[in-house]
Amino acid sequence: MEAVTRVAGRALPLGRADVDTDQIIPASYLKRIGRTGFEDGLFAAWRRDPAFVLNDERYRGASILVAGPNFGCGSSREHAVWALRDAGFRAVVAPSFADIFRGNCLRTGLVPVRLEQADVDRLLRTVERDPSTEIEVDVVEGRVRSPGAGIDAPLDLDEFARNRLVEGLDDIGLTLRHEAAITAHEAQRAEWRPTVPVAGGGAR
Amino acid sequence: MSVALTKTATLADKVWERHVVRRREGEPDLLYVDLHLVHEVTSAQAFDGLRLGGRRVRRPDLTLATMDHNVPTDAKQPDDLAQQQIDALVRNCAEFGVRLYPLGSPEQGIVHVISPQLGLTQPGMLIVCGDSHTSTHGAFGAIAFGIGTSEVEHVLATQTLWQARPERMAVTVDGALPPDVSAKDVILGIIARIGVSGGQGAIVEYRGSAIRALSMEGRMTVCNMSIEAGARAGMVAPDDVTFAYLEGRPYAPKGPLWEQALDEWRGLATDDGAAFDREVRIDARELRPYVTWGTNPGQAATIDGAVPDPDGFEDPGRREAAKRALAYQSLRPGTPIRDIAVDAVFIGSCTNARIEDLRAAAGVVAGRSVRSGLRALVVPGSARVKEQAEREGLDRVFREAGFEWRSAGCSMCLGMNPDVLRPGERCASTSNRNFEGRQGPGGRTHLVSPVVAAATAIKGTFALPGDLR
Repeated sequence: MEAVTRVAGRALPLGRADVDTDQIIPASYLKRIGRTGFEDGLFAAWRRDPAFVLNDERYRGASILVAGPNFGCGSSREHAVWALRDAGFRAVVAPSFADIFRGNCLRTGLVPVRLEQADVDRLLRTVERDPSTEIEVDVVEGRVRSPGAGIDAPLDLDEFARNRLVEGLDDIGLTLRHEAAITAHEAQRAEWRPTVPVAGGGAR
Repeated sequence: MSVALTKTATLADKVWERHVVRRREGEPDLLYVDLHLVHEVTSAQAFDGLRLGGRRVRRPDLTLATMDHNVPTDAKQPDDLAQQQIDALVRNCAEFGVRLYPLGSPEQGIVHVISPQLGLTQPGMLIVCGDSHTSTHGAFGAIAFGIGTSEVEHVLATQTLWQARPERMAVTVDGALPPDVSAKDVILGIIARIGVSGGQGAIVEYRGSAIRALSMEGRMTVCNMSIEAGARAGMVAPDDVTFAYLEGRPYAPKGPLWEQALDEWRGLATDDGAAFDREVRIDARELRPYVTWGTNPGQAATIDGAVPDPDGFEDPGRREAAKRALAYQSLRPGTPIRDIAVDAVFIGSCTNARIEDLRAAAGVVAGRSVRSGLRALVVPGSARVKEQAEREGLDRVFREAGFEWRSAGCSMCLGMNPDVLRPGERCASTSNRNFEGRQGPGGRTHLVSPVVAAATAIKGTFALPGDLR
């Protein structure tokens, strides 16, 4: 994962609650086996409506999505995060996120920014009025600022998650430092726990 | 490491604690994964990641793959992109030594249907899969949840996952369920009450006499839709119903090992007096068969009810959402649910395509005919369920009534394979999500139980079996 220390830019206001990952990217776009190129699927159904905010020229180039509560609910598809990133988004601001979506964001370097509902509402109103409103998410310092909307709030991320974003750390590499603990845990595994016969050819 | 066990503990606490590989203040726990289920749609990029990093699958013997999301359920060929994804899974499983039940295998099926039926899903386990309906396996007293592709890669490489400790939530349903109220209605009723984010951040334990009285199939249906309430996972404490279901299945422990396993499993239930962070109590007698009217699973009415008036919602967010949902669904406030006509009926998915579901639906349609002009599909959850249903003659019952009888897969649940709704088509579906376009662009989904789906297929409008002549 590439390091994310700071995201700054204009915002796209999507003031809807419970935006599910089927809207973020419909299943018909999940057939590709690469990790990039999912931007065409982003909000594919809603985008057919010319009035949908993503089609609004004034918000072209926005890098921060501002949305309602429970953003990213439903399917675990990480493609939702990939599609947002492929379309140029680097952070999502919302009052709350669905758990799996938030985990996917943190592992892919899309910063999930949780703000109070009142702050999100103010941000939405400001951005709708003035699309040039700037938002800054300082991951290193742990703050979210938008002077135009009167927002200067702490970034609600635990130290562990924040560090990983800032360092752009390889999760697997970090975990393998605990190899001894993993092996010790495996040694205690009860004999009756099921195992699956390994397929021919064996492990790589 | 087991501090929480010195006091009273919940089922979720006990299972969680047994899987902690490393714990440090201020960090998520590193948890050991007992079983990792893999399917074609969320794994290709993870295997690519392993290749790029020069890594292997740490425990292929704790990993099982099948294909379900993308596969056709009739004789049609998958499209080119779908075929590439299927081929990639075959290649990846061969290269990394992972057991795969491909299309055509007698064990193939929806990932959350095959693992329990093989006896692989067992109490006290920690199970993950790149699919949000992994919560299904919690019905056995396992902690089971969906993960993204980066996490799939992490589990393949390390057999572990970093997870923050969730809150504990109890949903207690006491009393006897009224007639025609199934497990599906229990979970739709719960979501209607707590909302689609009501379980956010929590592992939900379903408790109470109404849950105890459910079969394993019913408990799987309830736990399956935990994610529709936003919960991290859903669980039911293992009991004699669980053990009876498991005993003798291919991967269940045998002989003295079975006894050892039972000893462990019997100790998993939540201790008396253990505390939950959140508690919800529901009187089973208040539950009715539900039909969703909107575009999220919390937007549901009882079958005796009507489409609500959005202006009746106090919360402005819910009011707006209801307005948008009714516009998408092309429904008018006040319309009685029973007056809504459907174009299609889908009986299938990881929520409701186990043998008990098919028996219940077949019992309703036997000797009757699907309303003319209506498209009706039955898609068994696995090749084994299909085989069992055919042994019982259920396929004939469905076919004679005018249903299409398909092969196992996710089918019309998710609008990814050839089974999709056409734009504007309205469907009574036993699946789990009624999001806009979920069953195909422009399609309109109403979530219901298998018996309501079956009765609706006959009547043409939402119906209970008792509404049929």
